[in-house]
Amino acid sequence: MVDAAHDQVDFVPPAEVGEMELYHPKSWLTKYVFSQDAKVIAIQYSFTAIAIGMVALVLSWMMRLQLGFPETFSFIEAEDYYQFITMHGMIMVIYLLTALFLGGFGNYLIPLMVGARDMVFPYVNMLSYWIYLLAVLVLLASFFVPGGPTGAGWTLYPPQAILSGTPGSEGGILLMLISLALFIVGFTMGGLNYVVTVLQARTRGMTLMRLPLTIWGIFTATVLALLAFPALFVGAVMMTLDRMLGTSFFMPGIVQFGEQMQYGGGSPVLFQHLFWFFGHPEVYIVALPAFGIVSDLISVHARRHVFGYRLMVWAIVIIGALSFVVWAHHMYVSGMNPWFGFFFATTTLIIAVPTAIKVYNWVLTLWRGNIKLTLPMLFALGFIVTFVNGGITGLFLGNVVVDVPLSDTMFVVAHFHMVMGVAPILVVFGAIYHWYPKMTGRMLNVPMGQIHFWITFLGAYAIFLPLHYLGFLGVPRRYYEMTDTSFIPQSAETLNAFVTVIALIVGVAQLVFLFNIGWSMVKGKKSGPNPWRATSLEWQTATTPPGHGNFGPTLPVVYRWAYAFGLPGAKDDYVPQNMHPDQVAIGDTADLSGTAAQPAE
Amino acid sequence: MTQTTQTETGHSLAMPDGMQGFVKDWSSDQRAFKNVPWGKAMMWIFLLSDTFIFSCFLLSYMTVRMSTTVPWPNPSEVFALSFGGDPIPLILIAIMTFILISSSGTMAMAVMFGYKRDRRKTAILMLVTALFGASFVGMQAFEWTKLIVDEGVRPWSNPMGAAQFGSIFFMITGFHGFHVSVGVIFLFAIARKVWRGDYDNETPGFFTSRKGSYESVEVMGLYWHFVDLVWVFIFAFFYLW
Ligand code: HEM
Ligand SMILES: [Cu+2]
Repeated sequence: MVDAAHDQVDFVPPAEVGEMELYHPKSWLTKYVFSQDAKVIAIQYSFTAIAIGMVALVLSWMMRLQLGFPETFSFIEAEDYYQFITMHGMIMVIYLLTALFLGGFGNYLIPLMVGARDMVFPYVNMLSYWIYLLAVLVLLASFFVPGGPTGAGWTLYPPQAILSGTPGSEGGILLMLISLALFIVGFTMGGLNYVVTVLQARTRGMTLMRLPLTIWGIFTATVLALLAFPALFVGAVMMTLDRMLGTSFFMPGIVQFGEQMQYGGGSPVLFQHLFWFFGHPEVYIVALPAFGIVSDLISVHARRHVFGYRLMVWAIVIIGALSFVVWAHHMYVSGMNPWFGFFFATTTLIIAVPTAIKVYNWVLTLWRGNIKLTLPMLFALGFIVTFVNGGITGLFLGNVVVDVPLSDTMFVVAHFHMVMGVAPILVVFGAIYHWYPKMTGRMLNVPMGQIHFWITFLGAYAIFLPLHYLGFLGVPRRYYEMTDTSFIPQSAETLNAFVTVIALIVGVAQLVFLFNIGWSMVKGKKSGPNPWRATSLEWQTATTPPGHGNFGPTLPVVYRWAYAFGLPGAKDDYVPQNMHPDQVAIGDTADLSGTAAQPAE
Repeated sequence: MTQTTQTETGHSLAMPDGMQGFVKDWSSDQRAFKNVPWGKAMMWIFLLSDTFIFSCFLLSYMTVRMSTTVPWPNPSEVFALSFGGDPIPLILIAIMTFILISSSGTMAMAVMFGYKRDRRKTAILMLVTALFGASFVGMQAFEWTKLIVDEGVRPWSNPMGAAQFGSIFFMITGFHGFHVSVGVIFLFAIARKVWRGDYDNETPGFFTSRKGSYESVEVMGLYWHFVDLVWVFIFAFFYLW
């Protein structure tokens, strides 16, 4: 089959470059705190991201409490609600998911999976984390300044974001913008490392077309981020100037409290363009690593090669490229030229094609696979279902005529939570269950994991399916309360209360997960080096967890792709990427090319 | 027909034609770009990212210039300078541009002598480049002072017309000037290392313990040429439009 026709296996050209010298830390401080080792940096990134993510989770409880039981909680004022929304959205999207996928998984997996000893510029990589931490601290500081954090919505649209009617317009908005700029600077330092490591520092035999899809996802997402964040950076700089120096980049002439403000002549829509030129690729910055990781999870846990590897790679690349020409589908109601709507609706629908290809290929990978319902597999399956769900509502919203009435309703909230909230988070969990054994040498507890999965998965549906319906009823997004609104039936309130209760339960289930992480570190079952019997290089390290330099004295040499499962004639049902062809076979019958991966039916 | 590609190992690889060859080439073993050191690859990608930043700035400039209803001042009058006689339009900018482009020339020569391991000439040419850069920043400071003090232009207002004129001018030239200043600092630092012979002796870096190499000079050169190129665009869009 064309699909399986893959690289010739045995040919590995001689080494092109000698090894780079590695930085060796001398003190405890440079080993564990100011560490230049990508694995330590990865763990620092992950913990920071999860910690700030908990803040966003708590904020979502507050919002849900208010929506489910309006006029009950005296400590949630309308201003607070807007601040909660803004901080929740921004933290979840940028400080949690982006940082975790790229800074966390990227740092941990890239050097290991491509067979490098470390990132190419470990020192810059270390700076990346510390600047990220600074960005997080600046963001948190905004909770403590007079006026509190900004309540402008995570989209931060001017003019309202910086006018005095909006909560947090005193200091909060400035800290938000500064924090974003810092995040971008820090990310760029890390991102350059990820890209160059993948391009230039692979081990012998590891051609790009033999990379595990996880790396393809993270790599492409990093490229997107390096090209999309500049727009946000520029927007943030210009808005900071509007707020601090009184320039009018985004500010039209405005009358406030009967007085003409000194602003005038700027373009608010310009900010929307800048923001969404970043904002839409951002969706894929979060989604592409998830795509890649899911492909690997289902392949390993269904003991079957990824269906259509080449197509999967191309789909990732094409989705990445297209994601730069769809941004204005977020702006159908902004008053831009209607012809733009036509153009952007078309591109948006085109992007569904490569995305659908990916979904088909996942399903075809599972088809006749030996599916093992391990925890990573459960989460991967959960992802596929949820992503399809959110993707289909995306097709609705991509069409101008459907979007205009649904825009700014709970339907949109339901859509983006499905596609870029729940779906990637499920992958994060799946990936942690999958790679935790490599990071710690111990397995995560399975019963706790199952509880975590079922509550999170079913809970997410119980929360977000009703929101689609509320959206159809016309419940607007970002509204503090809807009591006594004539067009909204009484039953909507009951539904809202139901959603809130479920959201709290789902929240508690995350505590089970966190407990599991801590508990298993001490009490978990020993995993051994390769508990999932996987093929990619990170499972073939000399020690578990891998030591400084990752691979012991000699770097692995790669002979095949990462999906050699069930080769006829091989002695195991999986063949690691670095196993020499001579060692694969029991007899002479083995097809050493590693390409006829189809198990005999 | 099959092409062959030479890598530095002297080993030739068979290459298929057309699209397949293109993919094969990119995805080839170990390194996508043969004989491109890590630092150079990183600088190229950084510059690509930076290009997006400057493009966003310039597009924003065009947008606000169109969105404001107040007339835009005439740059050739605003940026004129008189030496006793009639004001000469854009004279200062012309000198600044000339200096920056000359500095690109000295930088290119420094890179060349770096390849030839000529320690002295490399260091001296880098110093000259740095001095050109510093004088560019100095003239920019002079221009800013003139605009602020003599003409009364402020980021938020502008006696000659649209307020955005001042805002965008200070922002973009400021951001570019920041790039030049950073470049000057690094030029001095790297020139010092060249002078000390760090790259001939392969002295390890303080934080990185990587062996020093003349590659740094070329990476610095890439950055410097980029800053220069950006200036050409700023010049065209801001002073000639
Ligand atoms: C337990 C899970 C979650 C719950 C219960 C939840 C709940 C909410 C609620 C109630 C809103 C405000 C709706 C409104 O009034 O407009 C909201 C907004 C938002 N959420 Fe979540 N959320 C969750 C997880 C996530 C995740 C994982 C993401 C990551 C992408 C995310 C991203 C956002 C964004 C971007 C907004 C929009 C903020 C804005 O309108 O400015 N949420 N969420
Ligand atoms: Cu979008």
